[in-house]
Amino acid sequence: MSSRPGLPGSSAEDRPFTRAMRADGRPATLDDYVAAGGYEGLRRAVAELKPPEVTSLVTESGLRGRGGAGYSTGRKWSTMPLGPDAPRPKYIVCNADEMEPGSFKDRFLMERNPHLLLEGMLLAGFATEADEGYVFLRAQYDASYAALQGAIGEARERGYLGEDILGSGFSFDIELHTSIGRYICGEASAMLNALESQRPNPRARPPHMTGAGLFSRPTVVNNVESYMAVPAIVRHGVDWWKGLSITDEGGTKIFGVAGRVANPGCFELPMGVPMRELIEVHAGGMLPGYALRAVSPGGASTSLVGAHEIDVPLGFATMGEVHSRLGTGTLVILDDQTCPVGMTLNMMQFFAQESCGWCTPCREGLQWMAALLEDIEYGRGRPGDLEVLAEGTWFMESDKCFCDLAPGATQPLESALRLFPEEFARHIADGGCPYRRHSSDAPAAEAPAAEAPVLEGTT
Amino acid sequence: MSFSDEEIRQLDAIIGHYPDRRAAAATAMRVVQARRRWLSDDALADLGEYLGVTVAELDGIATFGNMVFRKPVGRHIVLVCDSFACWSLGYAELRAAVEAELGVGMGQTTEDGRFTLLPIVCLGACDRGPAMMVDDHLHGPVAPDQVAEILGGYS
Amino acid sequence: MSGGRAAAPPKLVTVIIDGREYQAEEGRNMLDVALSLGFDLPFFCWHPVLGSIGACRQCAVRLYWTDREGNEKSEIAMACMTEAQEGTKMDIFDADAIRFRAEMIELMMLSHPHDCPVCDEGGECHLQDMTVMTGHSYRRYRGRKRTFENQDLGPFVTHELNRCITCYRCTRFYNDYAGGRDFGVFGLRNQVYFGRAESGTLESEFSGNLIEVCPTGVFDDKPFSHRYSRKWDLQTAPSVCPDCGLGCTTTLSSRYGELRRVQGRFNRDVNKMFLCDRGRFGFEFVNAPERVRTARVEPGLMGGQAGGQAAVMNGELALDAAAGLLRGRRAIGFGSPRASLEANYALRALVGPANFYLGMSDGDDRLVGAVLEIAADPRLRLGSAADIHDADAVLVLGEDLTNTAPMLDLTLRTWLHLRPNAVEERNHIRRWNDAGITRIKRREPSALWIATTHATKLDAVAAETHRAAPDDLVRLALAIAHEADNEAPAVPGLGENELEVARRWAAALSAGDAPLVVAGCSSGSLELVQAAAQLAAALRRAGERRDAGRADAAARATLVLTVPEPDSVGLKLLGGGRFVQGLAAIARGEAEVVVVLDNDLDRRAPALLVDDLVRRRPPMIALATLEDRLTAQADVVLPTATFAEETGTWVNHEGRAQRYFAVQPPGEDVRPAWRWTRELLVRLGHREARGWKTPDDVLAALEMELPRFAGVRAAAPASTGGRDARKVARQPLRFSGRTAVDAGRTVFEPGPPPDPDSPLAYSLEGLQPSQSPPELRARTWWPGWNSNNGLHKFGEELEALGPARPSGVRLLDAGPPGRELPSPSAPARFAPDGDVVLVALHLIYGSEPLSMYTPSVAGRAPAPFIGLGDEDAQRLGVREGDWLRLWLPWMDARLRCVLVPSLATGTAGVPVGLPGVPFISLPARARLARLEEPS
Ligand SMILES: Cc1cc2nc3c(=O)[nH]c(=O)nc-3n(C[C@H](O)[C@H](O)[C@H](O)COP(=O)(O)O)c2cc1C
Ligand code: SF4
Ligand code: FES
Repeated sequence: MSSRPGLPGSSAEDRPFTRAMRADGRPATLDDYVAAGGYEGLRRAVAELKPPEVTSLVTESGLRGRGGAGYSTGRKWSTMPLGPDAPRPKYIVCNADEMEPGSFKDRFLMERNPHLLLEGMLLAGFATEADEGYVFLRAQYDASYAALQGAIGEARERGYLGEDILGSGFSFDIELHTSIGRYICGEASAMLNALESQRPNPRARPPHMTGAGLFSRPTVVNNVESYMAVPAIVRHGVDWWKGLSITDEGGTKIFGVAGRVANPGCFELPMGVPMRELIEVHAGGMLPGYALRAVSPGGASTSLVGAHEIDVPLGFATMGEVHSRLGTGTLVILDDQTCPVGMTLNMMQFFAQESCGWCTPCREGLQWMAALLEDIEYGRGRPGDLEVLAEGTWFMESDKCFCDLAPGATQPLESALRLFPEEFARHIADGGCPYRRHSSDAPAAEAPAAEAPVLEGTT
Repeated sequence: MSFSDEEIRQLDAIIGHYPDRRAAAATAMRVVQARRRWLSDDALADLGEYLGVTVAELDGIATFGNMVFRKPVGRHIVLVCDSFACWSLGYAELRAAVEAELGVGMGQTTEDGRFTLLPIVCLGACDRGPAMMVDDHLHGPVAPDQVAEILGGYS
Repeated sequence: MSGGRAAAPPKLVTVIIDGREYQAEEGRNMLDVALSLGFDLPFFCWHPVLGSIGACRQCAVRLYWTDREGNEKSEIAMACMTEAQEGTKMDIFDADAIRFRAEMIELMMLSHPHDCPVCDEGGECHLQDMTVMTGHSYRRYRGRKRTFENQDLGPFVTHELNRCITCYRCTRFYNDYAGGRDFGVFGLRNQVYFGRAESGTLESEFSGNLIEVCPTGVFDDKPFSHRYSRKWDLQTAPSVCPDCGLGCTTTLSSRYGELRRVQGRFNRDVNKMFLCDRGRFGFEFVNAPERVRTARVEPGLMGGQAGGQAAVMNGELALDAAAGLLRGRRAIGFGSPRASLEANYALRALVGPANFYLGMSDGDDRLVGAVLEIAADPRLRLGSAADIHDADAVLVLGEDLTNTAPMLDLTLRTWLHLRPNAVEERNHIRRWNDAGITRIKRREPSALWIATTHATKLDAVAAETHRAAPDDLVRLALAIAHEADNEAPAVPGLGENELEVARRWAAALSAGDAPLVVAGCSSGSLELVQAAAQLAAALRRAGERRDAGRADAAARATLVLTVPEPDSVGLKLLGGGRFVQGLAAIARGEAEVVVVLDNDLDRRAPALLVDDLVRRRPPMIALATLEDRLTAQADVVLPTATFAEETGTWVNHEGRAQRYFAVQPPGEDVRPAWRWTRELLVRLGHREARGWKTPDDVLAALEMELPRFAGVRAAAPASTGGRDARKVARQPLRFSGRTAVDAGRTVFEPGPPPDPDSPLAYSLEGLQPSQSPPELRARTWWPGWNSNNGLHKFGEELEALGPARPSGVRLLDAGPPGRELPSPSAPARFAPDGDVVLVALHLIYGSEPLSMYTPSVAGRAPAPFIGLGDEDAQRLGVREGDWLRLWLPWMDARLRCVLVPSLATGTAGVPVGLPGVPFISLPARARLARLEEPS
């Protein structure tokens, strides 16, 4: 088992995300889950709370979206229209697309603790008086699909899901939807288009999703981990949740470490745990012979953090100090024997390949930046190229693009240019890459040339 | 219309998960593909008719996603993760080993129709990189010398 | 453009652009606002009809706002997605915004082929204009350009996708507005592909608009490309489409005396800016080899041998011969619904009102007559296409609009797309928020109901459809009228289903303030048109009753009626005998000379009657544009100008008189028909005609004689000239070649041909578009704006397609109030009895004769056929493709069967006007039988 749940030295109570997980790695059953206090939050909500009270609890807890953007979950819920005049049906959508390179927590959570997601979505549904939920799963998450499907079956059978849940009069059901596979489908509004079987381009606001979202009806979209945080908040209260974290952001979070460390995996730790502790203690530090050069802190769309900056606490507010974002909180280590230019190229090829093609800066700009980086990596760089790359990080800023895909892509590019200027310069001056592991085997270069009009469904 | 009764049953079941037939199109393509491995022009036309969606609309979605196949593929799909975590952990070596074992390059199908090899973006298994998937099984970390054994398990 | 209650006047707010305050309509987008104020702000994906999607990022500005602490903040934002509100503040000339806009062009150019020299769009390319506007000039990209395989999209539209800049306008127009089903968007990243699912002819009847909405050279005019000229070498004139009764306004372009291109011309009241493909491409009759170009006289008339070869004459001699023929003899004249009002009036003067017969079929005559009676009914108002935008529910009764009045189809689709609904209103979605409304519209119910004899393309966007034989459609309309308003008589013997439909539809139509009924002449059923009028009247009464005592009463039911031809209404207003009466007069020997004005008589009556006319061979003068069997035997043939070579007036289906202008001189002996007639009148001593120097003079005489035409001259500025008495230049300033064509022979510059008929000149000297009144503005051009995207520069005209100058004048509103029409009595319920009732099938390509001279249009017309429903096919034992024999009392024909499953049992469909299908006055009873093989 490469992923070890649990926070050493604390009680299971304080590990709301992983507490119900089984040691054998199989999905927690409904019995496992209930034995670990599962569905208590739901029971409390339907018995004691009014929908807006649940939303208030979530707002007061300070819970921020765990999908990367960090928007207040409670505040989002509070914009859903309530009462008998509200449009119907209303939807709760779970963003389980997790396709951003370097994000690897949602799969772990769903495979191991599926009922927690159901309970979280049920609470969201209760709080917003919604009727239906969809879990939007990425195509390759077969194990998550199986775990969730099993859990949904159990929950329906035992009255946690469906009509008149726990005899409360509240009805809510959940369907699983599997993506056709594209990173942009993880962007919340593009996801709604994908769910409607439209081309998954992102949507403009207005309308806002909570006004006219899925099928033009009020809709809440949250990340897997965001929903999973809710049951414990409802069950144990805001103060308890706030007490879990080191900083004042509240709660625990699933962090992860990948790369040349002794102990890669996912860990449930308090919000605010220092990055250094995560790498050196929980992940066991760098493998012998490798040194840390930089860290991608939360997916490919977060700025790289230099080795000298890893004392930063991992939190939404604190990561700004090192010019980055928390993102998904799953770290990928750049070691000293891997080419930073090559890695940047790999990321840029990913973004160029996954651009939906809607807006100009993203559609054309990413492709251009990837082509330039490829030139630099393979010895065709020219003086002046770095200025063009810098220009790219400017014209793909978030006020200039339609959605956050291209602005996300500028994060690693801008930070790599900032952290490793001499590496880029050396590539251009020396006519190529000095590292052994330099070849990214460009996915974008593999992309089949457009064939009209039927494009192969690959890459 | 070339759908079998079983296909119709499955299609009708998934249509029930959405407010209308049109909205079921993406999932319907996956359902048909799951049985036929890939979506021919005829299959797309039949599906369009069944759902009341134009072929252009269906293909507009199909050509967007990376998991809808509009050309024949092998019995098993081999996906090798090429995103930056796996890339830095030995993607190039793993890919070379897979290509050598299968005797085909990325995007190609083995002559015996057993495997189609495709690149894939991050499998959410960065902590297990370099990772690959064969059908619905995730493998990782995979050392180049384990490739033959893994692939040998699929007939 | 909002439906329902008359919209409150727009609220004005103060916006700040580059530090100066301006007034703007609240809620409009800031790109639209800036453009209307005269700013040059580049854009691609925004379009005045299609709205904003925020994709191209070209309209970037710096937008300011104040945060909670009161600090002013700013960022780059897209003007097209920014709503004008009180205090909205933005800078167009912000350094970052300027840099960003140039950068977007650089990005679009990464893969653009830079093939302007060989691109048909060159010179009127929005991408070129925007590139110059942003100042981008040097491209730093050195990678490969992505390339696409192009498709063959059929005879009308080219496809060169490498030029695409991914603005999505094509699919938004084609799919979301025009309802196309065979076009789409494929792939992603920098390889987004716009095209059909597979190579093949575009199915939409509106595909030609792709040429105009695409800002680059991806979609261009294929027929035009075969004899291409740059925009600056085209002579243009404002015109009106001759291909149906709607009167869509167009721009004609000509070069070397050849009509080469037709485009939509903005008009707020009729077609706004789009055109159907028949109107756009069906103009080749103007250039056709069948054109009559020289005057001819039967040699016998000139002292030669009768029956010998016609002498080639000059016009003056031919006039002398014609005058000789007419002098002292009793002549009758046949007018024409496709000739100008001026020509018809002049002919009427020539033969005298008592001898003037309307060259339209009896059926059309009665139906158009009914339209005029309805227009005079004080309870009713005839609406235009554009009036549909004010409706909140529409019923289409008996019309297959896609084929009878195609732009009504597109207008209905556009209306459905743009009309606000509850979800949009709750979420404050503005009309320009294209992505928002498209998505929401997909899920919200339609407000269109359609009852026809067979399935129509528009059914796809209807809330409900109903199919029935013509008599049952009449019953349904009357039943809906009764359900909406008890005063309308009940229909006896309604079936349960009919009653239920009537109740449901009546409720739907009376729910809002502005129900609208579309019906028309195409089915041939007079009762149906009358029933439609009764229905509209009932809806209006119901609305008034509901609104009684309400201060903001808004009930205003409207009726839109189609008519078959461009001047059907004008001709009927002139008045004259029925066509068959004219034939009868000839048969009785009462007519000594027959004058036929540009007409195709074979389309006006059963072959039996026209054959009789031909056999009798009365002395005949043909004023003709195209050769046919009558010109072949006429004694005098006078070649008349087509709509592209004369200035004239047509009165469209709602009684709107509109002027069209010659784009090129007629050439050779060709003259406008009214001029030939005037010369004859002068030769015959008609005093008044001497004063007819221009079409205005003819119209003045018309106004004097027939007061119902009062004001018709005001349809366009007088021919004496525009502003400053200077004429509008038909040629752009860069026009080349006029003085150089003859340079090999002479160094003297030929003067431009004179044009006394219009306020336009065949010259590059004169008023350019920015200086001319809207009615005379053919080209869209403004400094820096060479493509038709410069349209919004004429802010007064566009105003986001809202208020602007009306087009032409509506004649019927001013007429004397007539009587309230009685309700037609309900026919008996249709019961199949072994015979069939023949119903009209109209074909956009095939039913209209002039457009069929265009090979690409004719190529899309089907072979002659008769349509049968499944049950009748079974009863007769025929399958698709089998031969059928068709008997009527006066004719017997053989046609192949095509299955039209939606036809009501007991009816069969006859393609109207399709070559090879005989003229039949529809609806008609007939007998059908299967034929083994045609003899
Ligand atoms: C290109 C792109 C991809 C995204 N992918 C994901 C994803 O896979 N999972 C996710 O939860 N959020 C993803 N997001 C963020 C979502 O748009 C959205 O903010 C999130 O689902 C909201 O949930 P939260 O508030 O619970 O974080 C993505 C955003 C962008 C711009
Ligand atoms: S083909 Fe033309 S209209 Fe369509 S997206 Fe490309 S540039 Fe725009
Ligand atoms: S015109 Fe504003 S983004 Fe395209």
